Amino acid sequence: MALQSLDITRCSATTTPSPSQRQTQEVAKLIDVTKCIGCKACQVACMEWNDTRDAIGTNHGVLDNPMDLTEASWTVMRYSEVETDRGLEWLIRKDGCMHCGNPGCLKACPAPGAIVQYSNGIVDFHEENCIGCGYCITGCPFNIPRLSKKDSKVYKCTLCSDRVAAGLEPACVKTCPTGAIVFGTKEAILHHAEGRIADLKERGYANAGIYNPQGVDGTHVIYVLHHADKPEMYSGLPDNPSIGPMVELWKGAAKPLASLGLAAVGVGAFFHYVTKGPNEVSEEIEKEVEDENKS
Amino acid sequence: MKTNPDTLPRYTAAERVNHWLVAFTFFLMTLSGLVFFQPLYVPLNQLFGGGVWARILHPFFGVAMIVFFGGMYVRFRQLCAMTLTDREWLTHVRDMVNGDDRNMPESGKLNGGQKLLFWLLVACMVLLVLSGIVIWRAYFSFLFPVGLVRFAAVVHAAAGAVMMALIIGHIYLAIWTRESMGAMLYGRVRKAWAKQHHPAWFREMTGGSK
Ligand code: HEM
Ligand code: SF4
Ligand code: SF4
Repeated sequence: MALQSLDITRCSATTTPSPSQRQTQEVAKLIDVTKCIGCKACQVACMEWNDTRDAIGTNHGVLDNPMDLTEASWTVMRYSEVETDRGLEWLIRKDGCMHCGNPGCLKACPAPGAIVQYSNGIVDFHEENCIGCGYCITGCPFNIPRLSKKDSKVYKCTLCSDRVAAGLEPACVKTCPTGAIVFGTKEAILHHAEGRIADLKERGYANAGIYNPQGVDGTHVIYVLHHADKPEMYSGLPDNPSIGPMVELWKGAAKPLASLGLAAVGVGAFFHYVTKGPNEVSEEIEKEVEDENKS
Repeated sequence: MKTNPDTLPRYTAAERVNHWLVAFTFFLMTLSGLVFFQPLYVPLNQLFGGGVWARILHPFFGVAMIVFFGGMYVRFRQLCAMTLTDREWLTHVRDMVNGDDRNMPESGKLNGGQKLLFWLLVACMVLLVLSGIVIWRAYFSFLFPVGLVRFAAVVHAAAGAVMMALIIGHIYLAIWTRESMGAMLYGRVRKAWAKQHHPAWFREMTGGSK
C-alpha cells in the first residue's frame, strides 16, 4: 500500500529521508482486553477485508484457531487460563502486529522500501520489495511477521493502512460487537484508555493499566489489561519489549564502521605499496642462485 | 610443456584448482552477502538478478564453499601447522611490513603469516557456516530460538567482515610479493624467489646446498 507515499517517516534499508512533507496525525488502535469476549469477529473481518484465507487446520481441543499467526491470519485470539488473586481467570488477547514506534522489523530489514512506517505510525510491509530473508522476524520483539511458503514474502497486520488512508477505521474495529477495539488518534485513544483504567480500578482491578511499551517508543496498537503488572499472563505478551542489544549491534553503528575498516585495509594496503615498494627478490640472492646453478 | 630448470614446483594442479574454486566462491559469497550487509551495497544484487535471487543463492554458494574450503583445509592443514620458527617469524612481522626481511627467521614452504592467515580463515569459515545455517530462514531458522538467530546474525556479519578484511590483505600480499601470483597460477616459482622468500623450503627442495 503506497497510498500515503507522501507521509513516510521510516523506510527500511534507506539512509536518506523518504517523502515526508506531510505530518499526519498519529493513530492508535486500542484493544480493551477486559471487554473482549473472544468471539473472533475481528479475525473474520480481517480475513474478509484483506481477502486472505488460511488453510483449514486441525482441532487442538482449545478455542485458539488457528493456533498461531500465519501469512494468511494476521490476527489471532489467544486464550489463556490463569490463576490470579481473583481465582481462575480466562484471559483473551487479540494478537497481531503492535505497530511499534521504533519497529525492530524495519530496523532489521535489508531491502529498501520493504518495510515503511507512515507518519501516522502504521508500520506496513510492501511485499513487492521484500526479498524474503526473514530478518524482520529476527528483529521483531513480538514474534509477528510470517514468511509465506508460497511466495517467500512476509505478511502481517497492516492496521488496514488502506482503509485508514481513506479515513476509515480498521476492519476489526468496525466489526467488534462489544466495542473492545477502538480506533482514533493516539492522543484520543490514550485518553480513552485512561478512562477505562479508572473504571477498572474502581471495580477492583488494582493493577489495571495501559500496555504501550516505551522500550519500543510506544506502540500504535495498545492494550488495556486488567493485570498490567503481569503482561506475560496474556499468552506471553512481553513484559518490557525492546529491540534488544543483539539486534542493535547487528544493525547499529558497527556496520558502517566495518565498511570503513574494510576500506581502510584496502587503502592502507595501497599506500603501503606506494611507500614501501614491492617485495622483490634482491639482487644479491639473484646472483647467489645464478652462481649455484652454474656450479 | 617443458619446465624451466631454474624453477621449483610449488603447488600441484589440484591444489591450484582448489584454491581458485575457493576464491571464486568466496567472491560470489561476498558480493551476494554484502547485499544484506548495509544499504550501501544493495546495488550488488544486480549481479545476481535482484535481491530475491541474492537471498536465494547466497546460502547455496555457502554449500559449495563448505565443499571447496573443506578440500582446501584437508590439503593444507598439515602444511600450515605452526612451528616455533613460525612463531618467531610472527614476532618480527613489523620488520617484514617495513620491507626489511634481513632479520626474519627462515620460513619454510609457508611463512608464519601465511599459516596464521590460514587458521584465521578456517575459524571465520567455521563461524560463517554455523551461523549461516542458523540464519537460513527458508530451511533452518525455525529450528532455533529467536535469541540464537539474533546472535547468529551478529556472528555471521562480524565473521564475514573479518574474512573480507583478511582476504583483502591476502590479495594485497600476493601482489606485493612479486611473482608469488605465479605460484598459484602456474604452480612453479623461480629458485631465486624461493630462496628470497622461503629459504628453508628452498634448501629442502634443492638438496640442502648452503
Ligand atoms: C558458508 C556458509 C554460509 C552460509 C550457509 C551463509 C548463509 C547466509 C544467510 C542465510 C544469510 C542471510 C541472508 C540470506 O537469507 O541469504 C547470510 C548473510 C550474509 N553472509 Fe553468509 N553464508 C555463508 C558464508 C558466507 C561467507 C563466506 C561470506 C563472506 C565473507 C558471507 C557473507 C555474508 C554477509 C556479509 C551477510 C550479511 C550479514 C548481515 O548483515 O546480516 N557468508 N549468509
Ligand atoms: S510488532 Fe513486530 S512486526 Fe509489528 S511493527 Fe513491531 S517489530 Fe514490526
Ligand atoms: S523478509 Fe522481506 S520484509 Fe522481512 S526483512 Fe527480509 S526483505 Fe525485509
